[in-house]
Amino acid sequence: MAAAARGGAERYFTRWYKADVKGRPCEDFCVLQHSNRICVITLAEAHPLLQSGKTIKSINYQISANCSRLQNKVSGKSKRGAQFLTELAPLCRISSSDGEEYTIYSCIRGRLIEVNENILSNPAILQEKPSTEGYIAVVLPKFEESKSITQGLLTQKEYEEVLVKRLNSSS
Amino acid sequence: MGELSSMSSLTEKDRPIVELLLNTGTCPRCILRFCCVASQTLYRCPYKDLMKEVKEFLKNNQEKEDTVCCDVVDPPCKRIRLEHAEEGPDDLNHNGAVQQIPLVNDETTAMENSAVKVCNVCLGILQELCEVDFVKKVCQKVNSADYQFTSFVFSVSLPPQLSVRERAAWLLVKQEMRKLGLSLAKDDIVQLKEAYKWIIHPQLSEELGVPADGKSLFEVSVVFAHPETDEECHFLATACPDCFKPAKNKQSVFTRMAVLKALEKIKEEDFLKHFPCPPSSPKNLCVALEVQCNNGAVFVAGRYNKYSRNLPQTPWIIDGERKLESSVEELISEHLMAEFKADSFNFSSSGREDVDVRTLGNGRPFAIELVNPRRIHFTAEEMKGLQQTINNSSDKIQVRDLQLVTREAIGRMKEGEEEKTKTYSALIWTDKAIQKEDISFLDDIKELKLDQKTPLRVLHRRPLAVRCRIIHTMKSEYIDEHHFRLHLKTQAGTYIKEFVHGDFGRTKPNIGSLLNRTADILELDVESVDVDWPPTLDN
Repeated sequence: MAAAARGGAERYFTRWYKADVKGRPCEDFCVLQHSNRICVITLAEAHPLLQSGKTIKSINYQISANCSRLQNKVSGKSKRGAQFLTELAPLCRISSSDGEEYTIYSCIRGRLIEVNENILSNPAILQEKPSTEGYIAVVLPKFEESKSITQGLLTQKEYEEVLVKRLNSSS
Repeated sequence: MGELSSMSSLTEKDRPIVELLLNTGTCPRCILRFCCVASQTLYRCPYKDLMKEVKEFLKNNQEKEDTVCCDVVDPPCKRIRLEHAEEGPDDLNHNGAVQQIPLVNDETTAMENSAVKVCNVCLGILQELCEVDFVKKVCQKVNSADYQFTSFVFSVSLPPQLSVRERAAWLLVKQEMRKLGLSLAKDDIVQLKEAYKWIIHPQLSEELGVPADGKSLFEVSVVFAHPETDEECHFLATACPDCFKPAKNKQSVFTRMAVLKALEKIKEEDFLKHFPCPPSSPKNLCVALEVQCNNGAVFVAGRYNKYSRNLPQTPWIIDGERKLESSVEELISEHLMAEFKADSFNFSSSGREDVDVRTLGNGRPFAIELVNPRRIHFTAEEMKGLQQTINNSSDKIQVRDLQLVTREAIGRMKEGEEEKTKTYSALIWTDKAIQKEDISFLDDIKELKLDQKTPLRVLHRRPLAVRCRIIHTMKSEYIDEHHFRLHLKTQAGTYIKEFVHGDFGRTKPNIGSLLNRTADILELDVESVDVDWPPTLDN
């Protein structure tokens, strides 16, 4: 084993990105895809919530009157009973103390396995460790779709180009 | 030989049944069965002799107490005497000469000297298919299969239509008995399979040179079929449709069990409507579809050490492509497979480790089931030799305490997987610098309770759950500002890697949370698996 640049939990994950989701500038997400198909939805570094000065006021997994991500229950190996997500299915809504509200989207199709309840009790970790302890949700794509889900996403390199473009256009 | 008439095996009351069955094409052994004759030795007499005896019996009437002596075939004078006694108009053929056996028709008399007519009840099972030539063929197949065995159990599978024919014969006999005001208990009729085994067991035993034993692990099985009459069962499907479940994999719906069930349900009148009584005489004998040999599985146990960080427990194949060369189970089993000459193996162990984890110390208990082995006897010396061969063949694994065990012993190993403690050594990296004092507190933590959610790396194939696991003790060894070694003794089923890196915070507490840093595991070794099975041998 080699020494890890980041924590060992992320070693076997490939990073995929979705930028400016729903046209909202810099609302970028990072999907960590494990070699076993399991995906972890996280905020990308550029997301407004992770910029300095932002304080999180509340995190709400109740995304509609009938749907709370907290009520997601899965059973068995095949994760029966899971809420099914499409790319733009909301996972949670986060408000910051400056009055802004952000919706976190699934970014991929699949079964919702779990949402991170630790950030409810400790919102700080969302900002301190967005790529590990501060993850939003774990999603399992359908077996047949496990390769195709990345088609709508950007590779690390492609995302870096997006970031460069943003930098250039703003300067 | 003349036991038929001299012992009270067949008595006067049997005469009408014997006559009826013989005339309708039933073989002497089936006749004996329906007369409830239970003397095993009688069935073992050669077919020709039995046929002769049955016919003799029919010729003799009650006055014949001074019957045929045991080992000599009827002396000509006696036969003539009998013929005269039985002579009647029917006895004369068109030449006016007395026929030898007046009671049966021309056809079967001719048969006596030429081919044997196939029995309409057993379809040859109690005729040729239990006699010396067939036995020789079976034993040839057994011997050429080259198995090691000290006893055998013989199992035979009969075509389902035999049950139908048996029922028809039973109804025929019952009818006849009713006419005579007698009764016949169905349970006293000798079962076909039972009679078959009486006849064939001693012959197989003699030819193979080992005894027949119901508990033997070596099984010789023969499957008989009679394609000519396969359709005979079909009427049962219309009469009792709920007995027949839809066929899987193109197999026939008319299984033995289903046919028996239907025969129990169907009313006598309905049966007789659809099936000839007496049953028709077939042209051909049953055929033996296959003679299969099978030895019961043997179990080999031991403990293995794993020295490679690049070796999976089981073959790692994705989409038909092997991702990593070899595996623990293959390295151990391939030599055993070769020596025991088995068809296949099932490898199990008391827990397992990841590809990149070594197993040190006494090693991990394992057991291999060798399926259908040709060789089963190995001395302790030979097992030691086998162990040496395995150890010489690879430096990635080593085995010890290799021994034969029973199936029951496997349970002890599996119980170890769930109940026994394990000790590990982990090489840990931290992002922020550490000093000796920062980690020494770990040594004082006892019985640390963890809540471990199913690790992400196995979540695709395991249910989501939270496991409570205990770390009994820890001992740290400082290396440098970013590294230390941790020895741990844990409850069975604890995910060590996740305890170190935290698995996105889904294992709590974890080394990262305890040290308030980000931690990673660089190396993991299993130091011991605390199961005291299998017994240690002096290796």
